[in-house]
Amino acid sequence: MQKYISLKEAASIVISGEAGQGIDTVENFLTRIFQLAGFYTFSTKEYMSRIRGGCNSTEIRVSSSPVSAFINKIDFLIALTDKAIPHLKERISENTIIFSEKENFPITELSQEAGGKIYSNMISAGLILGLFSVEFNLMEKEIKKVFSEKTDEIINNNIKAAQSGYGLAQKYIKEKNLRIDISPNTDAKENILITGTQAVSMGCIAGGCNFISSYPMSPGTGVLTFLTKNSEELGIISEQAEDEIAAINMSIGAWYAGARAMVTTSGGGFALMTEGVSLAGMIESPIVIHLAQRPGPATGLPTRTEQGDLELALYSGHGEFPRIILAPGTPAESFELSHRAFNLADKYQVPVFILTDQYLLDSVYSTKPFEIDKTEVNKYVIKTSVNYKRYELTENGLSPRGIPGYGEGLVVVDSDEHDEEGRITEDMSVRKKMDKKRLKKLELIKQEVETPELTGDEKYKILVISWGSTKEIVKEAILNLDSDGIAQLHFKQVYPLPEKLNKYLAAAEKTIIIENNATSQFGKLIKIQTGIEVQDKILKYSGLPFSVEEVAEELKRICYGCKQL
Amino acid sequence: MDVNSYNIENIDIAWCPGCGNYPILDTLKQTLKELGIRPGELVMVSGIGQAAKTPQYMRTNVFNGLHGRALPPAVAIKAVNPKLTVIAQSGDGDMYGEGGNHFIHTIRRNPNITNIVNNNMVYGLTKGQASPSSQKGFKSSLHTVTAEPFNPLAVAISLDASFVARAFAGDKEQTKEILKKAITHKGYALIDIFQPCVTFNKQNTYKWFKDNTYYLDDSYEPTDRVEAFKKSIETEKFPLGVIYINSNKTIFDDNFNQKQVNIKEKLLQLKR
Repeated sequence: MQKYISLKEAASIVISGEAGQGIDTVENFLTRIFQLAGFYTFSTKEYMSRIRGGCNSTEIRVSSSPVSAFINKIDFLIALTDKAIPHLKERISENTIIFSEKENFPITELSQEAGGKIYSNMISAGLILGLFSVEFNLMEKEIKKVFSEKTDEIINNNIKAAQSGYGLAQKYIKEKNLRIDISPNTDAKENILITGTQAVSMGCIAGGCNFISSYPMSPGTGVLTFLTKNSEELGIISEQAEDEIAAINMSIGAWYAGARAMVTTSGGGFALMTEGVSLAGMIESPIVIHLAQRPGPATGLPTRTEQGDLELALYSGHGEFPRIILAPGTPAESFELSHRAFNLADKYQVPVFILTDQYLLDSVYSTKPFEIDKTEVNKYVIKTSVNYKRYELTENGLSPRGIPGYGEGLVVVDSDEHDEEGRITEDMSVRKKMDKKRLKKLELIKQEVETPELTGDEKYKILVISWGSTKEIVKEAILNLDSDGIAQLHFKQVYPLPEKLNKYLAAAEKTIIIENNATSQFGKLIKIQTGIEVQDKILKYSGLPFSVEEVAEELKRICYGCKQL
Repeated sequence: MDVNSYNIENIDIAWCPGCGNYPILDTLKQTLKELGIRPGELVMVSGIGQAAKTPQYMRTNVFNGLHGRALPPAVAIKAVNPKLTVIAQSGDGDMYGEGGNHFIHTIRRNPNITNIVNNNMVYGLTKGQASPSSQKGFKSSLHTVTAEPFNPLAVAISLDASFVARAFAGDKEQTKEILKKAITHKGYALIDIFQPCVTFNKQNTYKWFKDNTYYLDDSYEPTDRVEAFKKSIETEKFPLGVIYINSNKTIFDDNFNQKQVNIKEKLLQLKR
């Protein structure tokens, strides 16, 4: 019997093993080689909070058309540890082809032959490429490129290791009479492979970021690492602060002196920063905050994903002042919005959040190259004159921002309530004017809110609302339902919200919101703004992202009986 | 208006009559004038408290931030624009209590800034509670102090701080000379200034400080770290003057190579 795999021209491979077994290396190799061979890929990982041991897994989707979402289904499982099969039991089906040491994949023996345990990841990579009959030459070239600074022996051993995996796979295909029928697509070769972390980092750089101070915390650390790696080349000041309190106060100081600064952190670290957010609100300092969400409360699940900190970002900092919260859902949005965050922060002198999560940051996407030419670094700093007043009362609430040492004026900022010159005051009428002036900026901000993206049937009866990283998962789920009357409304800016939001909601007979949290934080925000309660909620808070299948199932369940589905 | 003057006219100063902050403010302004530093070239950074209001009473660039958080923005401001003279000033509660972690790590970084701490061994603005530097037995508005006082000089020397000094607010002339050395020193400079709180500290008065301090004489060599440490833990009479100097340290602001780059071009060649 011939086993024929052609699942909408795509397959899902999962590699599972212990921390320290080099799964990331396999992922990097494979995604690059599949890309060179003309396949679209998407890969995402789930991992435990430890350095060695445990059981982690990485899913790599290979497709002839673009894919950008996590699916539950596993077509091929490479089990590098005994723990892999129990770990993934809920995702393994009778159609899953499993390679394990016990059954059919003598990886220990093969790696010894290749020169040691260290070569096991190259054997796995070879195995997978062999299954897909990807030209071995591509693999060989990639090995030579990646290990170009290593000895010939190491390079040859790696090639040998990859060959042994590749050979095993080819033999397997013949024996089992297996056929994988996914055709390459030359368009895929034009794409770039990029993680959410890289996309956010590049967006920040494109926005003119030249100062970063942060304290490491997963999953926000990657942006600090990326910017620091490139800091010398780009002239970025990068500092690992003693704590998150120092980090945000440094970045605010940096803006005061004329830099374009950011912090990157996760919920717990951000909790420490909130007094600094309030400081930025009071002294009207720009600040860009990359808040990479993971499940809380407290330390929670350090390496997992959640959309649980929207309300934390929204209400952080004592007192009342405006802010902007952006929530990218793809690498393209991550790049574009992170870039924009700096221009918005500088323009409106407010905190701007880039709200991401572990799922978006760690996933590797195949995506069109970023539109670098469309980026601009808009600077709003003015040269001061002798009588400069930092908080001059103006019609629209924006006071031109000067910096010390640029112009003849002096720049006085104070966390106490202050007058136009920045001097401490307890005059109630001044207080009222200043508070009003700060809050007025929200009206300006609302004039350039990102429009939510409507996809699917424009004459929808069912409206599915999503924000941030769930974008592509929901999109693919709706596509799989293949029904009329359903549309997705995706938000890449979650605060402030557009005025015409009511219109979108009013046009639907049924509204459904999908959020990776337990209490539908965005749903609550929509209700505050529109007075409309979203009817149905699909919520997940296990620490894992939604899969395409579970969203599709939930949508079907909720809409069961709806004639549209 | 004299653009070179640090004086502000018609200001309502929030300090009590006779407060030790007045002579420190006067001395600081005089020092800056004599050093020829113009108000536009200086940034005064402070936290919260009575001492932290000092920058508000000077005509210069001011960053009056959060309680305990004067040092992080000061470090950043100097790194971003090394041409500016940056002074972080606050009281003992702000710098040694709320901001204790920043105090430690700023010393480790060694930025080229001056850190002035008006040390009156009590919390004034919140009305008489103990500060980290309150002496044992001090009767605060809450408890009688039983904890060891924080010793900023010993901590700084143990961290091999670049410049460590102590002054007494009641002696403007000597304080000015020490301040000059601190501000012109290249690297982090701590100057802890003893200062009476006439309202909430009836124990450590002008007279008490006068009776319980002495000036290091000219023969004292501030480059010997062990000797400096010994001086820093003297409590029978507290030494005044420059206690420790180490000029052979990497300066934080020198670590960075700020430059104008073509971002769009560079974005295509980034290291991932």
